Amino acid sequence: MGTSFSSRIGARFRAFISALAVAAIAVGGAWIGASEVQAAEEHAIEISIKDHKFEPDSLKLPAGKPIKITVKNLDATPEEFESYELGFEKIIAGNSSAIIRLKPLKPGTYMFFGEFHQDSALGHIVVE
Amino acid sequence: MLAALVLVFREVLEAGLIIGVVLAASRGVIGRGGAVSLGVVAGIAGSAVVAFFAAGISNAFDGRGHEIFIAAILLFAVVMLAWHVVWMAQHAREMTQQLRQLGNDVTAGRRSLFALGAAVAIAVMREGSEVVLFMTGIVMGGTETAGQLLIGSVIGLALGAAVSMVLYFGLAAIPLKRMFSVTGVLVTLLAAGLAASAVAQLSSAGLLNVLDTPVWDTSWLLSEKSWFGQILHILIGYMAKPTGMQLIAYGITAGTIFLLGFIVRTPATRPAVSSR
Repeated sequence: MGTSFSSRIGARFRAFISALAVAAIAVGGAWIGASEVQAAEEHAIEISIKDHKFEPDSLKLPAGKPIKITVKNLDATPEEFESYELGFEKIIAGNSSAIIRLKPLKPGTYMFFGEFHQDSALGHIVVE
Repeated sequence: MLAALVLVFREVLEAGLIIGVVLAASRGVIGRGGAVSLGVVAGIAGSAVVAFFAAGISNAFDGRGHEIFIAAILLFAVVMLAWHVVWMAQHAREMTQQLRQLGNDVTAGRRSLFALGAAVAIAVMREGSEVVLFMTGIVMGGTETAGQLLIGSVIGLALGAAVSMVLYFGLAAIPLKRMFSVTGVLVTLLAAGLAASAVAQLSSAGLLNVLDTPVWDTSWLLSEKSWFGQILHILIGYMAKPTGMQLIAYGITAGTIFLLGFIVRTPATRPAVSSR
C-alpha cells in the first residue's frame, strides 16, 4: 500500500477542514467592519405596483444620501423589481412588499423596471 | 412569449452552466449521476418552498431577509465547491489513471458526492425559485396569453438545458490529462464568483459598508447584462463594476482554494494506483 489507511482518512479530513477554512475566511472577510446604516440617515420613499405599472414611475431623490425604497406590489402576481444601473434585483410576491436599500447616489437618471412585465412596468429615478 | 422564453432561459442557463462545470469536474466519480440528479430534484423542491415563502423571507430582518438568505446559500455553495475542488486535487491522479484503464472500476470519489449534490441543489434552488414565481404569476394572472407564456417558458427551459449540455460535452472532450486541472480552475473561479456575489448581497442589505464603491467600470467593454457578459459572470464571476470588497472576496476565495488544492495534491513521486 502506497498510502496507509489512517493517512487517507487524515487527507479527507484535511480536505473538509480546508473547505471549512475557506468559508470561515470568506465570512470573516465579509463581516470585517460590517456596520448597519443608521435608519435616521436614510431617505425613505415608496413605490407601488398596480396592473404591472409603477406608481409613481418617476421619482426625484437627493444625491449623496442612502435610500430606502419600499415597493408595494398590489397585484396578485409576483414581480421582479430590477435596475441594471442601480444594481439590484428583487422578487416581490403578489400582494406584499419588499425593501430595497441603495448606497448614496451620484446625480443622474437611473432606469428601473419589472422583469416579469417589461412591456408595462417601467420607471426612472432622477437624482439631483 | 419571447420575453418568457428569454427569462426562463437565462435562469435555467445559470443553474445549468454550474451543473455542467461541476459534472465535468467530477468525471470518473462513481455515483455522481445519482448525486447530481438528487441535487436537481432537491433543488426544484427547494425552489417551490422558497417561492412559497418568498414574501416571508423577504420581510425578515427588516426587509433584509432575501439578501441574507441568498448570501448564506451562496457561501454554503462556495464551501461545497471548495471541498470538491480540494478533494479532486487530492485524487485527480489516481482517477485519471483509473479512467484510462478498461473496465473503468473507479473506487475513489464517494466522499465528495455530498458536496457535489449540495452545490447542484443550491444552484437549482436559487434560479429555480425565480422561475417558479414567474410561472405561478402567469398561471395566476390568467390572461389570454398565459398559454403562450407557458410555451415560451418551456422552450426556454429546454434551450437552457441544451446549451448547458453543449458546455458539458465541450469540457468532457478535453483530454483526460488536462481535464482535471482545467475543470479544477473553472470550479475555483466559479466559487470565487459566488463569494463575490454573496458580498454584493450583504452590501445591498446594508450589512457591509466597507470598500463598497466600484473600483472600475468595464460596462463599456462588456456589459454584465449582455449574453456573453452574463455567461462569463456565471462561469468565472465576471463583474463589470466590482467593489473593493468583492475583489477581495474573489481573490481570497480563489487563492485559498488554489493553495489548499496545491497542499493536498498527491505527490508526483508516488504511484497512486499500481500500489494497490
